[in-house]
Amino acid sequence: MTDAVADLVRDGDTVALEGFTHLIPVAAGQELIRQRKRDLTLVRMTPDIVYDQLIGAGCARKLIFSWGGNPGVGSLHRFRAAVQAGELEIEEHSHAGMANRYAAAASGLPFAVLRGYNGTSLPDHTDTIKPITCPFTGEQLTAVPALDLDVGIIHAQRADRQGNVQLWGQTGVQKETVLGARRSIVTVEEIVDELDDKPYSVVLPRWVVTRVCEVPGGAKPSYAQDYYDRDNDAYKAWDATSRDEAEFDKWLEAL
Amino acid sequence: MSSYESDEMMSVEAARQLREVTACFVGIGLPSTGANLARRTVNPDLVLVYEAGAIGAKPPRLPLSIGDGMLGETADYIASVPEIFNYWVQPGRIEVGFLGAAQLDRFANINTTVVGDYANPKVRLPGAGGAPEIAASCGEVIVIVRQSPRAFVERVDFITSVGHGDGPGARERLGLRGKGPTKVITDLGILEPDPESRELVLTHVHPGVSAEQAQEATGWDLKLADELKTTEPPTQEELKALRELVAA
Repeated sequence: MTDAVADLVRDGDTVALEGFTHLIPVAAGQELIRQRKRDLTLVRMTPDIVYDQLIGAGCARKLIFSWGGNPGVGSLHRFRAAVQAGELEIEEHSHAGMANRYAAAASGLPFAVLRGYNGTSLPDHTDTIKPITCPFTGEQLTAVPALDLDVGIIHAQRADRQGNVQLWGQTGVQKETVLGARRSIVTVEEIVDELDDKPYSVVLPRWVVTRVCEVPGGAKPSYAQDYYDRDNDAYKAWDATSRDEAEFDKWLEAL
Repeated sequence: MSSYESDEMMSVEAARQLREVTACFVGIGLPSTGANLARRTVNPDLVLVYEAGAIGAKPPRLPLSIGDGMLGETADYIASVPEIFNYWVQPGRIEVGFLGAAQLDRFANINTTVVGDYANPKVRLPGAGGAPEIAASCGEVIVIVRQSPRAFVERVDFITSVGHGDGPGARERLGLRGKGPTKVITDLGILEPDPESRELVLTHVHPGVSAEQAQEATGWDLKLADELKTTEPPTQEELKALRELVAA
């Protein structure tokens, strides 16, 4: 993983780390911090504690997102402090808008169309939300541009020895993150001889994945279905670390 | 009658709204409590839909997050996130959306983005999540929120999710297909939009709450329905189910 991050992520890149509560690539995110990556445009629908860590560590220039919080706990204090101090540029969407931006990237299209945002304040502050008229019915819809991803990073349950990746359970926008990015890194719980059937499984064939790395526990404190549960206490404990800048600096020092 | 907290009254009343409903899109927090209670009381067949992809989730306890493992493991089906919004929410397939709010105004517009100026916020909140499209496209929306002058404001600082916009005809002009908020359930009572003006009026108070208390907890001049009703207090059965759910 150290080599994959060093080889594939450059300062100034646009990088998405995805995983909707489940299979969040936390270990890979912390590797970005250790390697002191800078000026990144970070993309993620639900920036949670690993994005709070990346922002607090000074890796991000800009954040593209749709919901920034510590789920079930409260605020992300490093994120909040950076926004309130004007140190972090933000580009804010809804989940539907972000999901469609990923889908457009994976589809090789310049933009996606959805029925959304009308009447909200989001288009007043986000210039990647534009009205568009349906050429067939005349209906007023909304266009959002494809995400322009240099690197997509996800965590999966496993891969086989050829590098075919398999993930299952709630798989969010992970398929789109890999297919929509120029380069991709997938960390996995384990590498196995052969993949077998799993419920709601997504398989990413080896030739669309740039690098696969075996990182057991790489999604902790989030969860990996059939491997380990979400560590809710760690999410609660992060609140105190993140709230106090000195505590956060101590955490960063120890990473 | 046993004693209960005002938050319990709110969750019980929220659950009762789902008696006849097939599918409900569930936000995290208070909406999740109400929707899960409905499955344990008035509507065991209720289909709970969560934005991380679970359709027909049957969580054994309250999830801390909308993508909790138990939601996927107990679901009838798991959709990807683009699919959940494009195929399930957008066409209006979900009858009811259950949403929370940090701020709510007299036309039931919802703010979960910022308090104060967007570029220089007093308080930065988590943001939109799935709410704008839920509010736009679900058949109707029920908002569950504690009532206070800080939350119930004359004008929201940011419209994250559209309620009834600036009044009559607003949703139609904006092309929003769902009915929008039909009820706001609070810890003090129930507010509903007036059919003509679309402004929220107080239609119910919970037992032991006065209309004046509800008006004092509202940042605009809250009007009362011609016939102000009192909510049925929670039954023993409802309270037992709620307490078991919260403790599980």
